[in-house]
Amino acid sequence: MSWLLAASIALPFLTAVLAFLFRAGPAGRRISVAGNAALLAAAVALMAETLREGVIAGQVGEWAAPFGITLVADLLSAVMVVITAITALAVSVYALADIGERAERLGYHALFNVLIAGVCGAFLTGDLFNLYVWFEVMLISSFGLLILGGSKAQIDGGVKYVALNMISTILFLSGVGLLYGMTGTLNMADLARTVPELEDQGLVTLIAMMFMIAFGVKAAVFPLFFWLPASYHTPAFSVSAVFAGLLTKVGVYALIRMFTLVFDGDVGFTHQILLWVAALTMLTGVLGAAAQNDIRRILSFHIVSQIGYMIMGLALLTPLALAGAVFYLVHHIIVKANLFLIAGVAERVAGSTELSRIGGLYKSAPLLAVLFLIPAFSLAGFPPLSGFWAKYILVAAAIEIEGWVIAAVALVVGLLTIYSMTKIWAEAFWKPHPEGLEPALTRLPPGDRARLLAPVAALAGLTLVIGFFPEPFVAFAERAAGQLLDPTAYMTAVLGAAS
Amino acid sequence: MEALLALAIGVLVAAAVYLMLARNLLRFIFGLVLISNAANLTIFTAGRLVEGAPPLVPVGLDAPAGTVANALPQALVLTAIVIGFGLFAFALTLMFRAYTTLGTLNGDEMRVAEPREPGEGSAMR
Repeated sequence: MSWLLAASIALPFLTAVLAFLFRAGPAGRRISVAGNAALLAAAVALMAETLREGVIAGQVGEWAAPFGITLVADLLSAVMVVITAITALAVSVYALADIGERAERLGYHALFNVLIAGVCGAFLTGDLFNLYVWFEVMLISSFGLLILGGSKAQIDGGVKYVALNMISTILFLSGVGLLYGMTGTLNMADLARTVPELEDQGLVTLIAMMFMIAFGVKAAVFPLFFWLPASYHTPAFSVSAVFAGLLTKVGVYALIRMFTLVFDGDVGFTHQILLWVAALTMLTGVLGAAAQNDIRRILSFHIVSQIGYMIMGLALLTPLALAGAVFYLVHHIIVKANLFLIAGVAERVAGSTELSRIGGLYKSAPLLAVLFLIPAFSLAGFPPLSGFWAKYILVAAAIEIEGWVIAAVALVVGLLTIYSMTKIWAEAFWKPHPEGLEPALTRLPPGDRARLLAPVAALAGLTLVIGFFPEPFVAFAERAAGQLLDPTAYMTAVLGAAS
Repeated sequence: MEALLALAIGVLVAAAVYLMLARNLLRFIFGLVLISNAANLTIFTAGRLVEGAPPLVPVGLDAPAGTVANALPQALVLTAIVIGFGLFAFALTLMFRAYTTLGTLNGDEMRVAEPREPGEGSAMR
């Protein structure tokens, strides 16, 4: 099997073990950064290999599919691993200045890297039960990260996060069991072959709905998103950023994977529901954000709203719409993680993330203001930033198949997103600080300043690159969407030419 | 046998849902235990039940003789039990911490992370 597939999972695990062994001193931090840099290198190599070969698959322990556990990377998986590595590297650098020694001694770096391993595993596995295991790896490490520090708000948010995510997991597990009972296989490529041949397609749709609800909770779609705004604003900023960037997107990835590969038999029913869900997710998220007055809570509701766009791409299920969804995933992870990191800098400099208690950042910290404007405007969909192209592709895809309502919803939600971003801008950056403070970046210790701002600037730079040179990214997204819609290459890579 | 197990799963899920709808988080946790066991039983039952035929290969043969029980669902259930146990241990500790730091086990009264809005009424009693 290709070692590149295993490396993206093994490296973060190795980093986690080493970081845990050396958790007491500065070595743990350096190991975390070095490990994530190595992960990025492995991910880029995996991407290059995938671009050359199309789809690469490997069987763990050389047990042939569909009996063994398959690791498989198509273009979507590969790009998700790359973007995970980029986010993980940025956040691990940011964490150098953000995470206190107490949290480090309690194993922050180990938990963080196990989380990254879980995310990469979920993107690369080709086996449904293995996906469940990766979800659990992610879940248990995210539990730890969420409540590390043990403040009242963290415990409070943690209770809701844990409760709802565990229900989703159990639903997922039951779905896996029932699907196995019907088909006798858990290999996704094998399922794609056997499920359409089943006599009882009604039962298949029933199981599909179980998966939709289970992954829907993970992805935080309407009406299953309540755990997200209840918990994402409570942990350390590094943790919020990596959660915001990656965790819900694993749910979206799982939805895209299962509902293009396996559950595409009754599209009129399942994808119609997804379309409604997408529209309502976009609307409730953005309206919920309008009512909030804390930067992180506003951003949390915007995660929900943006998830709606990705689900919209999946629900429309045309080549252009799926390409839009893939493009949106990549753009959104960078932008959203970055906004949470910026909120962290704003809190360090101005003293709070509560909008009524801060201000004056534009005058005293113009660099931070510029760095905020790039992802904020990108999120709202201003040309020529990455969010504009993402929204443009999705709206164009909706208009192409005359989905006027969903196109209108997408545009209106974009407009309302500007409202929230302007609110943060006007309150945190424009108005004077309520206590007359001049919250300059020089208030940060020089070493911390570089560690906090370098990842922010790098992610903002990526947003600009995607915005100004979108062609290669769009072409890539279209190729990835093509693979999703015609899974022949995926199935051949996993099962061999015999299928 | 399938019918009996299906009935048992149904009863477990019903009891679990009843418990999980309670405001008291301890009841919620107990509901979670029941429903995760219902999920395990679902996998076990969906993998077909074969009575009194363990999946063993007799000496000298390459494959088991005749119909034997399916070993895969059992492996899956075993994994799920282990993972479920870990998660449950964590959840129980978390609820205990919630009780000691927040002073309540009533889910409706946990409003530290999401404070009540000025115009919002108090929780229903």
